[in-house]
Amino acid sequence: MSAPATAAPATSPPPLPAAETVTLKVNGRTVQVPKTMPDWQGKPQPTTMLQAARLGGVEIPHYCYHDKLPVAGNCRMCLVEFGTPALDPATRKPALNADGTPKIARSVLPYEPGTPRGAIACATPISPGMEIYADSPATKQMREAVLESLLINHPLDCPICDQAGECKLQEYSVEHGQSASGFFETKVHKPKAVDLGPRIMLDDERCILCTRCIRFSKDIAGDDALGIVNRGSYNSIAAFPGRQFDNNYSLNTVDLCPVGALTSKDFRFKMRVWFLKETRSLCTSCGTGCNIVIGSREETLYRLEPRENEAVNSSWMCDSGRLNYKWIGRADRLREVRVRGGHSTWSAALPQIQAILAKAPQGSVAILAGARQTTEELYLLKKLADRFGAVTDSVPRTGAADGFLVAADRNCNTQGARLTGIWSGTMGAQIPRIAEGIRAGGVRTLVVFGEDVTRHGIGPELLASLETLVVSDLLPSATTRAAHYLLPGCAAAEKRGTFVNVKGRLQKFLKAVEAPGDARPEMEFLWDLLEGDVARRAPANIEAIFNQMVREVPAFAGLEWARVGDTGVTVPL
Amino acid sequence: MPQEFKLILKHADEPGYTPDMGCYLKHGGYETLKKALQAPGRDLPDGKKLSPQEALREDVKASGLRGRGGAGFSAGLKWSFVDRRSGKPIYLICNADESEPGTFKDRQILHKDPHQLIEGMVLSCWANDVKLAYIYIRGEFPEGARLLNRALAEARAKGFLGKNILGTGYDLDIWVHRGAGAYICGEETGLIESLEGKRAYPRIKPPYFPAILGLYLCPTIVNNVETLCHVKHIAAMGPAEFARLGTPNNTGTRIVSLSGDVQRPGYFEVEVGKVTIGELIFHENFGRGLRPGRQLKAVIPGGSSSKVLKAGEVFQLKRKGADGQMAPVEVPMLDLPYDFDSLQSAGTMSGSGAVIVMDDSRSMVDALANLSEFYAHESCGQCTPCREGALWMAKGLHRLTHGDGRKEDAAYLAHIAQNIQGRTICAFGEAAAWPVLSFVKKFREEFEARGEADVAARAAAGSVPDSNRKPSPHA
Ligand SMILES: Cc1cc2nc3c(=O)[nH]c(=O)nc-3n(C[C@H](O)[C@H](O)[C@H](O)COP(=O)(O)O)c2cc1C
Ligand code: SF4
Ligand code: SF4
Ligand code: SF4
Ligand code: FES
Repeated sequence: MSAPATAAPATSPPPLPAAETVTLKVNGRTVQVPKTMPDWQGKPQPTTMLQAARLGGVEIPHYCYHDKLPVAGNCRMCLVEFGTPALDPATRKPALNADGTPKIARSVLPYEPGTPRGAIACATPISPGMEIYADSPATKQMREAVLESLLINHPLDCPICDQAGECKLQEYSVEHGQSASGFFETKVHKPKAVDLGPRIMLDDERCILCTRCIRFSKDIAGDDALGIVNRGSYNSIAAFPGRQFDNNYSLNTVDLCPVGALTSKDFRFKMRVWFLKETRSLCTSCGTGCNIVIGSREETLYRLEPRENEAVNSSWMCDSGRLNYKWIGRADRLREVRVRGGHSTWSAALPQIQAILAKAPQGSVAILAGARQTTEELYLLKKLADRFGAVTDSVPRTGAADGFLVAADRNCNTQGARLTGIWSGTMGAQIPRIAEGIRAGGVRTLVVFGEDVTRHGIGPELLASLETLVVSDLLPSATTRAAHYLLPGCAAAEKRGTFVNVKGRLQKFLKAVEAPGDARPEMEFLWDLLEGDVARRAPANIEAIFNQMVREVPAFAGLEWARVGDTGVTVPL
Repeated sequence: MPQEFKLILKHADEPGYTPDMGCYLKHGGYETLKKALQAPGRDLPDGKKLSPQEALREDVKASGLRGRGGAGFSAGLKWSFVDRRSGKPIYLICNADESEPGTFKDRQILHKDPHQLIEGMVLSCWANDVKLAYIYIRGEFPEGARLLNRALAEARAKGFLGKNILGTGYDLDIWVHRGAGAYICGEETGLIESLEGKRAYPRIKPPYFPAILGLYLCPTIVNNVETLCHVKHIAAMGPAEFARLGTPNNTGTRIVSLSGDVQRPGYFEVEVGKVTIGELIFHENFGRGLRPGRQLKAVIPGGSSSKVLKAGEVFQLKRKGADGQMAPVEVPMLDLPYDFDSLQSAGTMSGSGAVIVMDDSRSMVDALANLSEFYAHESCGQCTPCREGALWMAKGLHRLTHGDGRKEDAAYLAHIAQNIQGRTICAFGEAAAWPVLSFVKKFREEFEARGEADVAARAAAGSVPDSNRKPSPHA
């Protein structure tokens, strides 16, 4: 998807009631807008023509401008004709028309007063009484001319271009292009398939030199890795000599690139974008919980892209999180219910587990709930634990924070696990006690969700000594192999739910694809386990479970599933 | 009789005049600086008092000095835009990038009289509270850079530069920075980027007006070599005396670089507006006319970027009549006074002061092809219309001058140029478009005839009909 921020004008709402406003006209309509608006860093700056027009409901075409990047003003696509209140040369007071309205002086070239002069809307501040003519013949002519210039040397290899279908050059050509080429020369040829770094390929011929990629890498990712070489029409993007474009945010430039110049090696030539279904979801690779869009076709994931959320990830995500999806389609995904090594079914296995748990003496059950389960699943696991006075805990998973998006906490729902009561104090502190309990014989039943406990101090020999081991997971491990009851679960992309990020942002994600085989969302079968009679149970319903959880978990008080928007809500930690 | 008036070049070409400190001092060098730094300031009639620095700034404004780098903007006004309240340091940059084709005046000063520039710069810096200044010198002037560095060292040794200049407590240093060989480094914001160690991509204005957000995003003054030298003379002779040179609103002298088809090309310092274009070309004191048997065809009056003037053109100019009223008068091209305002009224500009003369042996099509190649090569490529348009025009002209033209190429070229001017980040857009627009407009028949001849030649050779023809590949 190109430029999520620019594709969604509604995402830059005006700041809270600004003290000062400016009144101006956009395409003849009077609009009142704040005098200042946040720039790419959120600092108040004089409102630009582009921002004012947006507030007036008019989107001015642009390539180089991006809400989240320093303004470059190089593409000139946003040139608009404008006018400002004329002053009477004698009195220096505003000149008036016969009907008393202010006289407007249209912008003209100083050296050719018959020719309209455009201003770049992305960088030109508004002024009181200004009139922006975003649709005037002169504006359209300027736009067409810029587009013509961008196209004369463009290879137009749309049929084999990954960007086709979401390309700004294509889009604007539909709106402002000409049907016949007036270009009578040979095109400039530049390198194609340039290996820019481990994850990025560059097609210099498709590049429109908007410098979004350079600005992102330098000013957002803090890696001054890209620049322009050569001069004039031969200008080309390149990594500095001896440098690879390899920072952990490099793939954001593929999203930012308005054309098909920067492509992801992972996604290149895999799928035409118009076949992709887009699903709002969350990245699960660390505790930040970057908002994402999953691109899938049928039951296969093809790419993850960041989705704008000012409270979490702005418009970005890291490369490691973005590429961490392939395992979801692995051939060895757990896809059948197994009981003591043999094939089984949900309707056979769940009543057996229920029966075992029903007979379990208080304190003989322990539950290890992965902090990558959804908040709803963790809530149900905690309810289950409370029934048997079970000890619960989760496995901490940490790495280095990078100071930008990647959090030290590599679980995506550590806070959800804490708020639902799965762990308290120090995460993982109970695990040695559970191991000790098994060794001493007090703990007879162990329930494990999403962890290979053999790597966290509960080895195969301890597992073998258990009376009952219930395991739910996605991929095989030493723990799943030891399970008496193996219940195949779902990846986040295969279910709905919420995660609470490291800063207390509770966010929803939706289902993109079906789980393989008999795998079911954990929330559903946990609900069955808790509800008793499987045949007569009310089916698990995310909305009902969430709203019930809200009533019981103090941090979530007052929330409602239907009102947790696409970008989540902040809860007290 | 029209003649030279040597103010800046008073000594430079005298036999035995050398670019070193000793020679400069012998000719009264740095006396103006010494006097200025001791000046008491000035009482105004309204009881206000100007500091000596403010007084010099006022003098530069009152002198009417206009920038000699190209745009002819009032130097005093430019200085008055400097943001003096930001709390940030103020920088001054001398633009010694002199790259406009046809221009060879700054290099005379740099090579022959560097101390005059330094004195002008120290005065300008002092007047503007500048503590650090740069001379951005064209990369192709290695000798100029060497001479400047030597002169700066001499000035430091003599206490005209460095800490506590002449015991006044004023500190200033000046450093030479050599460009790396690109025309766009002469555009002031491109120059600033280059000085900061970056690619010389001109900056967008707003917000990056040098007077507010210049070098290192601090207030910055950029002036041409010749402009800064004039500051010394304004300080020395006073603004009124300076303004008596030249003509109203076009004061002082300027160095004209005369080249092309004249008997005596060269540089001539003249009072602004006291000499006409015709005199520059034909007068005994200047160009001494065309080669024998030749007729004048065209004049590029202000460096390659200015719009061409056609021999025989007549302009409507507004002139003050005997009754003191402005009245339109007809002025033939050769009678245009060589000044800022007259050339602007004639639809062109005096730009960098470079007059390029073309006689009837010249093909305007070939000349324009040559110029366009320069602009295609020098476009920095930052903004779309100039990046793509400059090469597009050059390719079209290459085709037209290599047997592959069409009659419609004249209109084709004008269309491209029209879509560049006024739509770019910097004035290079105009610089690239104006030659094309003016050549094609004023010599349209020549362009069309060239295209038609190509079409006829192709038809005679039995090549593919034009309607089916693909352009031949070329660079
Ligand atoms: C493409 C381009 C090239 C320029 N090259 C030069 C140059 O070589 N030397 C110069 O003094 N000014 C040059 N200028 C003008 C400068 O931008 C600037 O206006 C000038 O240095 C200001 O000095 P002045 O006010 O003293 O004339 C150039 C402008 C443009 C647009
Ligand atoms: S970048 Fe856009 S216009 Fe260019 S080839 Fe790709 S889809 Fe086509
Ligand atoms: S590669 Fe893409 S983002 Fe980078 S400058 Fe080119 S078009 Fe813009
Ligand atoms: S007008 Fe030309 S030289 Fe100036 S910034 Fe644009 S591309 Fe560069
Ligand atoms: S959006 Fe590119 S110049 Fe404004």
